[in-house]
Amino acid sequence: MTKRLTRLWRAYRRDPKSLFLRLIVCFAALITILALVFMIAYILMKGIPNLTVRLFEARYTTENVSLLPALINTLFMILLSLVFAVPAGIGAAVYLTEYAGRGSRLARIVGITAETLSGIPSIVYGLFGSLFFVKYLGLGLSLLSGAFTLSIMILPLIMRTTEEAIRSVPDSYREGSFGLGAGKLRTVFSIVLPCAVPGIFSGIILGIGRIVGESAALIFTAGTVPDIADSIFSSARTLSVHMYSISCEGLYINQTYATAVVLLVVVILINGLSGFLEKKIKR
Amino acid sequence: MSAIMKHVKEKGMKLLFLAATCVSIAAVILICLFLLASGIPAIREIGIFKFLLGTKWKPANGLYGIFPMIIGSLYVTAGALVLGVPVGILTAVFMARFCPKWLYGPLKSAVNLMAGIPSVVYGFFGLVVLVPFVRQFFGGRGMGVLTASVLLGFMILPTIISVSETSIRAVPESYYEGGLALGASHERSVFYTVLPAAKSGIFAGVVLGIGRAAGETMAVMMVAGNQPVIPESVLSGVRTLTTNIVLEMGYAADLHREALIGTAVVLFVFILIINLALSRVKRRTAS
Repeated sequence: MTKRLTRLWRAYRRDPKSLFLRLIVCFAALITILALVFMIAYILMKGIPNLTVRLFEARYTTENVSLLPALINTLFMILLSLVFAVPAGIGAAVYLTEYAGRGSRLARIVGITAETLSGIPSIVYGLFGSLFFVKYLGLGLSLLSGAFTLSIMILPLIMRTTEEAIRSVPDSYREGSFGLGAGKLRTVFSIVLPCAVPGIFSGIILGIGRIVGESAALIFTAGTVPDIADSIFSSARTLSVHMYSISCEGLYINQTYATAVVLLVVVILINGLSGFLEKKIKR
Repeated sequence: MSAIMKHVKEKGMKLLFLAATCVSIAAVILICLFLLASGIPAIREIGIFKFLLGTKWKPANGLYGIFPMIIGSLYVTAGALVLGVPVGILTAVFMARFCPKWLYGPLKSAVNLMAGIPSVVYGFFGLVVLVPFVRQFFGGRGMGVLTASVLLGFMILPTIISVSETSIRAVPESYYEGGLALGASHERSVFYTVLPAAKSGIFAGVVLGIGRAAGETMAVMMVAGNQPVIPESVLSGVRTLTTNIVLEMGYAADLHREALIGTAVVLFVFILIINLALSRVKRRTAS
């Protein structure tokens, strides 16, 4: 060990610039990791003591600042958004990979639009949602308006990951299926898609992560009502919007910390799941 | 009979898949249409120069100048890049070329987690930690260009890191080995042969980071102070294009509302330009 260190030291003394480069690289990585660890530790430390049973009461009041309704609304929002985005995303990916040629004009156009969609800031989505779904289609501030807006937002993500997963299915599988007399449709549904399932799932989980974290696109589409939604036409706020609202009011700093903890835990779980899936795909 | 049914089913499903493909195209068209249709008339009514270059935003007095917000967005984005680009690229270099094997897994998950943390959480953290910190050590009210820039700088790190890391890894090993063979140290070889070769990919990551920084709303709103004036120093409050929309959309009506949509149009054009630059960079990488 010491031998190695002295050798390193000698090499670096002759070449201080290399030492400098190594130091700044390590320093940068340290900053990145410390910033994250500090943020998470700070929120956990401040938040966990404030995690009370009252925060999980079924009804929101200004006294208990319950986050349970928002948590349940988040689940609704995830389900509803996925109901629209997943079939559309998978359908589009199937068409682009199995029916349209790789360099076809449609594929190019869809590629450009998907890129545009994934670059649009969430507030612009929110504004569009409030103009189109809330006002023009008359859906009002509702879960449905929010879910439509979010499903457009996560569509490119699901489309892209599914496309990649489908492309990685070997052609020999398809040929085998055709050889056994299956039609195109049957090949897609019983051979290609099942093989692409892990990839599709990882896309869906990334999408769920975005839905959970989203707030700017939801304030003007799903609204900020802090109760459990009765139907898909009632306004309701998700956990992120809830956290934003109570932190803006400024009266509930402790509850905000606790809400941040719950939100962090959800995000960490989602991330863990997607990491797990990624490993599974690689194997 | 069943052959015909099968044919119909095949064709029908193909059409359905095609329809799904068109959803994203329709979405882009609808977004453009609705934003432009509600934003352009307002911009025309206010006057495009008064709107873009007017320095006073006082909806109550009928003054709709978004120049302070344009400048605000530029300042905050530039500030974020000052922090995010060097730290992000160097971290990517570390992950691709310097990282011990046992550290790589945790580090990669950490970066993924950073990308997944909601912006409200970043914003709240900024509010309770960064704002008091800046207030104490730099003076002022704590909310302003500096605070927003630092926070955004951290928020764009995962974008820059993951794109840069991928492009650094894509450089052929022979470049690095060539450097070593010429007698360069590990560090010099990485910085003088691998990094220049990964240049355009790294640049794409930076452009993507610019897009994220310019589009970020909630976190910026919580720490930027939000005064609609051109900031005089790095400590004075600032309002960006994105926050201008969120702050006032809740109660705005008539021309005020349309002026906010006009703000979104300006932001949208910004982002489109960034996207265009990005696809340019990508095409150059491909060719």
